[in-house]
Amino acid sequence: MLFLRRFSRDVPAMVGLAIVVLVLLVAVLGPLLAPYPADVSASHLARRLKPPSAAYPFGTDNLGRDVLSRVILGARGALTVSLVVVSLAMTIGIPLGLVAGYRGGWMSEGIMRITDAVLALPQLVLALALAQLMSPSLESAMLALALTYWPFFTRIVYAETRRLKSSLFVDALAGIGAGTARIVFLHVLPNTISPIIVRATIGLGFTILTAAVLGFLGMGAAPPAPDWGLSIAQSRSYLPAAWWYATFPGLAILLTVMGFNLLGDGLRDIVDPRLRRSR
Amino acid sequence: MTRYLLRRLLLTIPSLFGLLVVTFLLIYIVPSDTAAAMAGDAATPEQIARLRHEMGLDQSVLAQFGLYLDRVLHLQFGESAFSHRAVAVDIAQRLPATLELTFFALFLSTALGIPLGVLCAVNHNRWPDFLLRFFSVLGVAVAAFWVAIMLQLLFSMQLGWLPLRGELSDEMLAPPRMTGFLLIDSALAWRWDAFADASRHLVLPAITLALGGLASITRFTRAGVLETLQKDFVLYERAVGYRRSRMIWIYVLRNSVTATLTQIGLLFGSLIAGGVVVEAIFDWPGIGSYTVQAILTGDHQVMLAVTLMIGVVYAGVNLLTDLVHGLVDPRLMETA
Repeated sequence: MLFLRRFSRDVPAMVGLAIVVLVLLVAVLGPLLAPYPADVSASHLARRLKPPSAAYPFGTDNLGRDVLSRVILGARGALTVSLVVVSLAMTIGIPLGLVAGYRGGWMSEGIMRITDAVLALPQLVLALALAQLMSPSLESAMLALALTYWPFFTRIVYAETRRLKSSLFVDALAGIGAGTARIVFLHVLPNTISPIIVRATIGLGFTILTAAVLGFLGMGAAPPAPDWGLSIAQSRSYLPAAWWYATFPGLAILLTVMGFNLLGDGLRDIVDPRLRRSR
Repeated sequence: MTRYLLRRLLLTIPSLFGLLVVTFLLIYIVPSDTAAAMAGDAATPEQIARLRHEMGLDQSVLAQFGLYLDRVLHLQFGESAFSHRAVAVDIAQRLPATLELTFFALFLSTALGIPLGVLCAVNHNRWPDFLLRFFSVLGVAVAAFWVAIMLQLLFSMQLGWLPLRGELSDEMLAPPRMTGFLLIDSALAWRWDAFADASRHLVLPAITLALGGLASITRFTRAGVLETLQKDFVLYERAVGYRRSRMIWIYVLRNSVTATLTQIGLLFGSLIAGGVVVEAIFDWPGIGSYTVQAILTGDHQVMLAVTLMIGVVYAGVNLLTDLVHGLVDPRLMETA
């Protein structure tokens, strides 16, 4: 297991893995870990905007809800959104990349030009515009993010498929009479899987970040959801007095995204040794 | 050289066309009845149908795409539903503020990022390297809108050192508008009070915007310098007895910046996009806050125009980066 040994010696990647596991646990066990699980929607005006204390380690918000509980409960939403977005983007992007890479010709040209055009636009601006056009909601936000993220997968799969198509084993398969579908799905696709996993890991962190921006601008989760981006937006009316209200959800975003990035970088170093020098 | 230039220019055409197709599909596919929305709630079905006919919405997809192309090529983006002015005029008026902020952020991230990257590489795997790498990991993972709020909280609200929002204080008389760039206009009008005030307003938004770029420039410079340090000519120069500082800052750096150059080009585009949120938080009167306003009020004409504009800027910057690349590394021109 050279792979595991090399990975376990990569300290930043292990830190990333630990953070990701931690966030996953928090997301799954959220209601059990949160000191006040009812604070998703409950409000307690008597204890509003209290600074951090033993009872409320991260303080309370404008409706008297425990900020720590809401940060913990927000993890599930953040991870769900990014998992849905990245899976959707993969569902769109991977088949397009396979077709464009294996078929060639005008179809390939058409797919890749559209891919490049979408990649040439800033993802955030495009996603915001799309989410607006589809009438703002969490579902629109997820769809918009997926519709702007698929080209990253198409590019990778396209490049890999082009490379594999001219390889000897594909020629051999065609020679013994394997059908195109069989070659593409059973032999080419599995060989493209490692760069896809790397991209997906980095994409999960990136999507948490962009989804937070959408939430912050009111184009994502709706109140009273304990969404991190939304909480930061709501906290702005209570600054500078309630600094804790804005600070902790932001730290949660930072930690989670950092975890996925470190893990993704570590995986990339293993999958693509040519890029290892970049760290 | 000319052949390389022409080739590269020709390659820009399909990507610009792709941009037009994507933005057109964006309006066409998304299920929203523009005509019904424009006609208002009280409109009768006949009125909506007439409006739809006037806008060409009852024609075939290709014909609609033709109409769309015609409008875009004549820069007719219609009127903003919010400001009731021509979108093209609004954009032209707001562009200088965005460019001023973007250039400043670009300058900050490059002027700091390249030396820091060299510092990392020279101290490879020692504490300055670890420290800077830790910060660059943070810089990439942090949400810009949160950094903006934290900076506002600390430096404007608590310490009161820097202004909270806007481009100029309310009580400060703006210099006469010549270029639209506030700093340049102030200097031209010999209004140093306005110049100082505008500079103070620029600090927080520029720092927020520069963070992500700073992290990536540091990273790329570090990687480039580390790679160059392995080359034979470095060993040779060392043997000949060149001063280490001269060798690193001149010969090694020059041979390492190609990757960084591409990164700077890409950065310009991402700064314009990243500016959307930063401008909104700091009430910066540029394209970014205009975009957010358009998105929140559902101002479709503005959204479309801004998306197109940013796409064109992206394509332009990519072109420019490739040309500079060709100048720095003439081998590229031959293989192209």
